[in-house]
Amino acid sequence: MFRPSTRHNLPSSSSNPALEVKLNKRQSGVGSGGPSSRWPYRLNFYDHPPTLDITLEEFETFAIARLRVLSHIETLSHRSLPYSQIASGITTYTKTHLPLASNTARNVNLDEERRGDEIGHWVLRLAFCRSPDLRSRFVRSETALFKNRFETDDIHERAAFLRSLEFDWQIVDESEKSIYATELRSCMNWGTKDDQFKAESWFKVPWYTVPDLVGGRRVFIRAGMAYVPQSLPISLVLQAFASRLEKALELTAKNLPRLDEDERLGPVIDHLASSFLSGLGASDYQPVEGNGSSSVVTAEMVDDVARKHFPPCMKNLYDRLKRDHHLKHFGRLQLGLFLKGLGLPLDEAVVFWRRMYGATMSDDKFNKEYKYNIRHSYGQEGKRANYPPKSCQQILTSNQPGTQDSHGCPFRHFSPENLTSFLLTSYPQLDRSGPEMREILDSVKSAHYHVACTRVFEITHSIKKGEGLGNAESVSHPNKWADRSRELEKEVLDGIKKKEDGDDMIMD
Amino acid sequence: MPIPIRDEPPSSPQVMNAFYRRLFPYRPFFLWLNQDQVPAKLFTHREFAFTLAGDVYIRYNSFHTADEFKKEVVRLNPARFEIGPQYSARPRDRKTLAAGALQPQRRELVFDIDMTDYDEIRTCCTDKKICKRCWGYIAAAVKVLDHSLRETFGFKHLLWVYSGRRGIHCWISDPAALDLNDDQRKSLVTFLEVIKGSKEQSKKVNVRGSKDEGDLHPALKDALEELKMSFVKLCLQDQDCFRSERGWESLLAILPQDRDIIGPLRSQWQADPGRPSDHKWSDLVSAVAVLKKNQYPLFRKFEKAMEDVVLQYTYPRIDAEVSKHRNHLLKAPFCVHPGTGRVCVPVNPDLVDEFDPDTVPTVGELLNQLDNAPSEPAADVTRRIEDYDQTSLKPYVEMFEKHVAAILRDSRGAKRAFKEESMDF
Repeated sequence: MFRPSTRHNLPSSSSNPALEVKLNKRQSGVGSGGPSSRWPYRLNFYDHPPTLDITLEEFETFAIARLRVLSHIETLSHRSLPYSQIASGITTYTKTHLPLASNTARNVNLDEERRGDEIGHWVLRLAFCRSPDLRSRFVRSETALFKNRFETDDIHERAAFLRSLEFDWQIVDESEKSIYATELRSCMNWGTKDDQFKAESWFKVPWYTVPDLVGGRRVFIRAGMAYVPQSLPISLVLQAFASRLEKALELTAKNLPRLDEDERLGPVIDHLASSFLSGLGASDYQPVEGNGSSSVVTAEMVDDVARKHFPPCMKNLYDRLKRDHHLKHFGRLQLGLFLKGLGLPLDEAVVFWRRMYGATMSDDKFNKEYKYNIRHSYGQEGKRANYPPKSCQQILTSNQPGTQDSHGCPFRHFSPENLTSFLLTSYPQLDRSGPEMREILDSVKSAHYHVACTRVFEITHSIKKGEGLGNAESVSHPNKWADRSRELEKEVLDGIKKKEDGDDMIMD
Repeated sequence: MPIPIRDEPPSSPQVMNAFYRRLFPYRPFFLWLNQDQVPAKLFTHREFAFTLAGDVYIRYNSFHTADEFKKEVVRLNPARFEIGPQYSARPRDRKTLAAGALQPQRRELVFDIDMTDYDEIRTCCTDKKICKRCWGYIAAAVKVLDHSLRETFGFKHLLWVYSGRRGIHCWISDPAALDLNDDQRKSLVTFLEVIKGSKEQSKKVNVRGSKDEGDLHPALKDALEELKMSFVKLCLQDQDCFRSERGWESLLAILPQDRDIIGPLRSQWQADPGRPSDHKWSDLVSAVAVLKKNQYPLFRKFEKAMEDVVLQYTYPRIDAEVSKHRNHLLKAPFCVHPGTGRVCVPVNPDLVDEFDPDTVPTVGELLNQLDNAPSEPAADVTRRIEDYDQTSLKPYVEMFEKHVAAILRDSRGAKRAFKEESMDF
C-alpha cells in the first residue's frame, strides 16, 4: 500500500482522524447511492490531492482508464470536426470508459466513480508534469474533458458546484447595465427580447480572464473589463480550471525529484507518459517506405510530379511560385516541407528553390536569406528539429494567410468564384456545370473542406465516389494525397508493364 | 528622397557610429524598457538582437546596465537592433542553461502596421514607396487602433513609433500589457483583426457571424463611425480607389450579388470609365436607396455590405503575427532605417494626420546640424546639454521622455502601494 500524495501540497498523513472518518463514511456509503461529503458534486476542480489508501492495481487501472479518454479527446480535436460532433464523441466515449454520474443517478455507486476519477487525475499529473509540452497537452485535454462534463451536468448541481468554488466575480449593477444597455444588447446574439435582456445579469471581469470570449467578439469590453453574461460563465470557469491546473503541474514538476520514490511507481508513471506520446505521434505524417531510390524526387522531377500528383493547396503554391518567382514565408514553409515529405533531398531542395527564384534574386541574396531557411526546415540549422510536413489540420487552422499570402487551403481560404476557376484550370477533368463541381462547392459551403478535397482526388484519379485514398479514407494530409496518387500511377504502370511482359512472352 | 548631405550613403558605418556615440537617447530608452531607475529584470533579462553590416544577425544579447548596453552598441555599430521579451533568465547565459529553461515572460504588447498590406487598395504608390497621400491609410488605422486600445482595453501607455519607411509600430507598456501571455495576446488580436483572407478572397471583412447579417460589435460600430469620414476623404476623393476598372470591379465583387443592382451599375460605369469614385459611390447609394421601400431586407443587406466595404478599405490592417507571441522581436524606437536613413521617431497619435514621413529627420541631416551647432562648450565634458538638443531630434526625444515619465510615475505609485500593503500586517 502506498499513498499517491505528492507530499508538497498538503501535510498529508493517513493517521489524521478526520480522514479516517471520511474513509469510513465512504465505505459505509457503498451501495446507498447518494453523494458523500467528500465528493458532493460530480464536477471536480481537483484542488486537494486524495489522501486515502489505494492499491497498486487501482493506481494503474484508474490512470489508464483516464489516459485512454484523454488521448481519445486529443485525437478527436485533431480531426477538424465541428464542435458539436467532438462534444458528442467525448460524451459517448466517456460514458463507457470513464463514467461519472450525477447526484440524481440511481443504482450507481457515486463514490466509487468519483474516487476513481479523482485518483486517475492525480496519478496522471505525476506522469505529465515533466516537460512543458506534456503539461500543456495534459491541460488542454483535461480542460476539454472538464468542459464536456460541465456542459452535460445537471443545471442545479452545476450551480451548486459554482457556488462552492466561491469565485469573486463582480456583478454589474442596474445603473451600469442601463448605461451600456445598447452595447450589451448587441452582444447578445441569441435573440434580444426585452424580458430576456431584463432577466440577464452580467459579471465584470478583466478581459484577459476570458480570452476565448474576447477573441470571438462575444462580449462587450470597456476600459479593460469584459461584461460576461451570466449564461456564459463557462469560459471563466474553464480559464480558472486550466490556469490552476497549469500552476499545480509546474509545482508538481519542481517537487517531483523530491518525492520519496517508491520503485513500484516510477515505471508505471514512465509508461503512462510514453504511451500518451506514442498515441499522438501517429497523427504526424510518416513517409511510406519506398523501395530505395525510386521514392527520391529530384529538382528536375518536381514539375512533372506537380502536374500529376500535387493536391490543390500545393498546386496553387507551386503555380504562384512559377509565375511570381517568389512566395511569402509560410508559403515557402508549406510547400518546402511538403516536398521534403515527397522525398526531395536537401541538396535537391536548394537547387529547386534557387531555380524557382530565377533571375529575380541574386545568388548572394539567396545564399544569405533563403538557404538558411531551407536548411533549417531540413533540421540542419538552429535547434535541428526535423519538422514534419504540415497536415491539413495545421494548414487549415494555424497561420491564417494574410492579405498578400498564397498559402493555406484553397477550399477554405479562396472565395467560391476563385476556387471554381482555380480548380477548373488546375484539373481539366472537372466540369464547370457538372454535378461533381456543385457537390464540391456544397461541401466547401458547409465547411467540410477535407470532403471537398477528397472528392477532387476521386474525380481526378477516376476512382469511385466514397473510395477516397483507399478504404474510404479522406484526405487529411497533402502528402497522403501525393503518395496515394503516385501509388495509383505505379499500379497502372505495373499493369501495363506486366501486359507488355506478357506480350513479350507471346512473341518469344 | 532628400540628398544625403554628407557624401556617404544614408546610413554608412561612420555615420551610424557617430549617431550611436552622440545622438541615441540611451537614458530615456533604458528607463522606458526598465520602468525603474535601478536595472531590473525588465532590462537585465531582456533580449536584444543586433543586425550588423552584411546582414549578420546576433540574437540573445542582454546587458546588466544601460552603460554596458551603450558600450556594446557603439562597439558593434549595428545597422539596426530589435527588442525581445524579458526572459526567465539572462538571454546571454542561454548556452549554460538547461534546454527549455529560457522562456519568454513579460513583454510590451506591440503592434505593427505596414503599408504592404495596403498595396491592393492604394493607388498612389506601390511596394517600398510611401508618400504623404498613402500615409492617410496609416493615419486612419492609428486613430482607430489607439482609440480601441485605450477605451476598450483600458491601456494608458501607448508609444507610436514611425518604422522608418512605410509603417508604424505601437508599444504598450502598461503592467497589464506586459503580463499578458500568448493566448491572451492572440485573443486580443483576433478581437481587433477584421480584415482576413488571402489574395484569392475578395470579401475580406466577415464580422457578422456565419450568415453575415448580424449586428456589428459595439467596438466595431465605434470604429465605423470614425472610419466613415476617412473613407470619403481618403478612398473616394484622395486615392480614388474605384476609378480604374480593377478598382470598381473589386467593389462590385464584395457587394451582395443582386443582378438588378450590380448589372446597371456595371454598365453605367463601363460607359463612363473616367467617373470619379465619389460619384460612383453616390450612384451605388442612390441605387440602394430605391430598395428601401419595397425590398427592405435586401436594402438592409446592402447597407450592411456597404459598411463592410468601409471597413475593408480603411480598418487597420495589423500584422497579427507580430503581436501574438511574446518572443517576437521588433525594431527599437530611435533606430535608423538602413534603407532611408530616417530615425524611427515617436508619433503623436492625436496629430497623426499631420505627420509627414518625408519630414522625419535622417541621420545625415542630424549630424550635419550637430556640425553646424555652436561649439563653444565642446571641450567642457560636464555640460548638461545633450547633443540631440542641438538637432531636430529634440522634440521627438522630449515626446519620448514625457511618455517615459508617465510610465515611471505609475510604476512608482504601484510599488509604493505594494510596499504599504506588505507593511500592513
